Amino acid sequence: MYTQSMDIPGQQPRAVAAAEQGAQEQEFEARIAADRKVEPRDWMPEAYRRTLVRQISQHAHSEVVGMLPEGNWLTRAPTLKRKAILMAKVQDEGGHGLYLYAAAETLGVSRDTLLDQLHSGKAKYSSIFNYPTVSWADIGAIGWLVDGAAIMNQIPLCRCSYGPYARAMIRVCKEESFHQRQGYEIMLALANGTPAQKRMAQDALDRWWWPVLAMFGPHDSDSQHSGQSMRWGIKRVSNDDLRQKFVDATVPQAELLGLTLPDPLLKWNAQRGHYDFGPIDWDDFWKVVNGDGPCNRERLATRVRAHAEGAWVREAAMAHAEKQRRKAHQEAA
Amino acid sequence: MNCSSHHFDYLLRLGGSSLVLGQRMAEWIGHGPVLEEDIALANVGLDLMGQARMLLTHAGALEGRGRDEDALAMLRDVPGFRNYTLCELPNGEPVSQVGATRDYAFTLTRNFLFAAFQCELWKALGASRDAELAAIAAKSAKESRYHYGHAADWMLRLGDGTDDSHRRMQAALDLLWPYTHELFAADAGEAELEAAGIAPRSETLRAGWLQAVEPVLAEATLARPADTGFLSTGRFGRHSEHLGHLLSELQYLQRAYPGAQW
Repeated sequence: MYTQSMDIPGQQPRAVAAAEQGAQEQEFEARIAADRKVEPRDWMPEAYRRTLVRQISQHAHSEVVGMLPEGNWLTRAPTLKRKAILMAKVQDEGGHGLYLYAAAETLGVSRDTLLDQLHSGKAKYSSIFNYPTVSWADIGAIGWLVDGAAIMNQIPLCRCSYGPYARAMIRVCKEESFHQRQGYEIMLALANGTPAQKRMAQDALDRWWWPVLAMFGPHDSDSQHSGQSMRWGIKRVSNDDLRQKFVDATVPQAELLGLTLPDPLLKWNAQRGHYDFGPIDWDDFWKVVNGDGPCNRERLATRVRAHAEGAWVREAAMAHAEKQRRKAHQEAA
Repeated sequence: MNCSSHHFDYLLRLGGSSLVLGQRMAEWIGHGPVLEEDIALANVGLDLMGQARMLLTHAGALEGRGRDEDALAMLRDVPGFRNYTLCELPNGEPVSQVGATRDYAFTLTRNFLFAAFQCELWKALGASRDAELAAIAAKSAKESRYHYGHAADWMLRLGDGTDDSHRRMQAALDLLWPYTHELFAADAGEAELEAAGIAPRSETLRAGWLQAVEPVLAEATLARPADTGFLSTGRFGRHSEHLGHLLSELQYLQRAYPGAQW
């Protein structure tokens, strides 16, 4: 079933159904060509639906798993103001997870199913969250670089052809830009702080820089899903273009902090009008994607455990709602 | 002890309680039973943290020794804290023994009992002659009403949910109830604060608190525990074993890098 508005299968002669599907497909293609939004009730090809479910749910899982590395510092933030800001930020990420699960649900898949896929290891989430946050500067680096990279990725998604995803992204992007600023502000305080704080900031930058560049995904020439997603208007800008844009924006920010990006090949190329940068270690990227990053097992186990320990709460809430429903029914009778 | 030091201690008590319970809420973020509750507990924690910041800032200003909210939160040891013991207890083990470091029944029941108390407290402090405290109370009253509503809804769902949830909630209530005695205990400074129109005597808040608590427990099919002679003493600076561990996390960076700006 693609949408609720479709006729029940088997009620039409097969030839008619095939002809109608052809017409629906043409309408869908015309909608994409005209840059109009696809909405949940519109007909869409199964592969388009599957691609969106995969992408939106991965995105939702990333928000939720992404609460953990920063959550690691909630109880240890250095001042009450920083603590309050970090609590609000991690809370926002939970909120993004909620909108995104809701957007995925418009495609006919339940949050429970998606969570099962996450917990069984079948679904992926952004590999960046499989790296540890070992110092307070990591909270700065995540805000500045990880959220900065996420914004680069997500701004084009505000124009995604699927309406509910595009609209969710508009709100998410507004909050991400606040996150990025708070991260940069943490780095600024450290960079202007004691020698120990400055070392902490440089160490964080050294560890996060390359994984963040890899976050944009494989080179365009090696990207498995990119071509079709571009044709469908799900993806608007290629991995390499986004990565370049990120590097170009970030180099002057690092200079302002007085920190050194850990890439000896990084230099301005006047001819291209962009920064050149060194090769990404894709073996390391794939190692983390395939489960052998520093925190993969721990992150997933933490999510599984929180869900398992909360099972009695969810069951009780359902049981209570059922009791209330029966009571209301009896009173009405 | 003169009146202003009682006043200072009173603000430390309220600010410290919000701070310590806010820290306990922060421990939940990312680990809730359902995403909506991660967000709700973060909300409660943020409100408490905001109350703590205002109250400690005010305490520091009143003291006049140049200590700000962070100096009072991060650079005092256990005996300097004046929070209610109820707020510092861990979210789960070893206090609650259900085999989890985060016990939702324990957390929600504590939030319920404490939010009901804060609602009464802010109502009374809205008329304080300490104008700053009255303003903080007016702002916080709205927040605590939300915390109370959120927790009360869950008391009903979990108290009157499944047999298992009922058992967990009753166990949590039985553990926590004795710590509520401290909320209403008298101390040497109360008469002075009352006479100065700054704060009510603790005992006067009890009737309103029971009115907010008992009907919800009854509807949730939970038995109200009997009162005993147990009296915890965190507000006098004599704490449980748990506050030291909480402070070792809360204060870690300030202690490891003395004098650094963040």
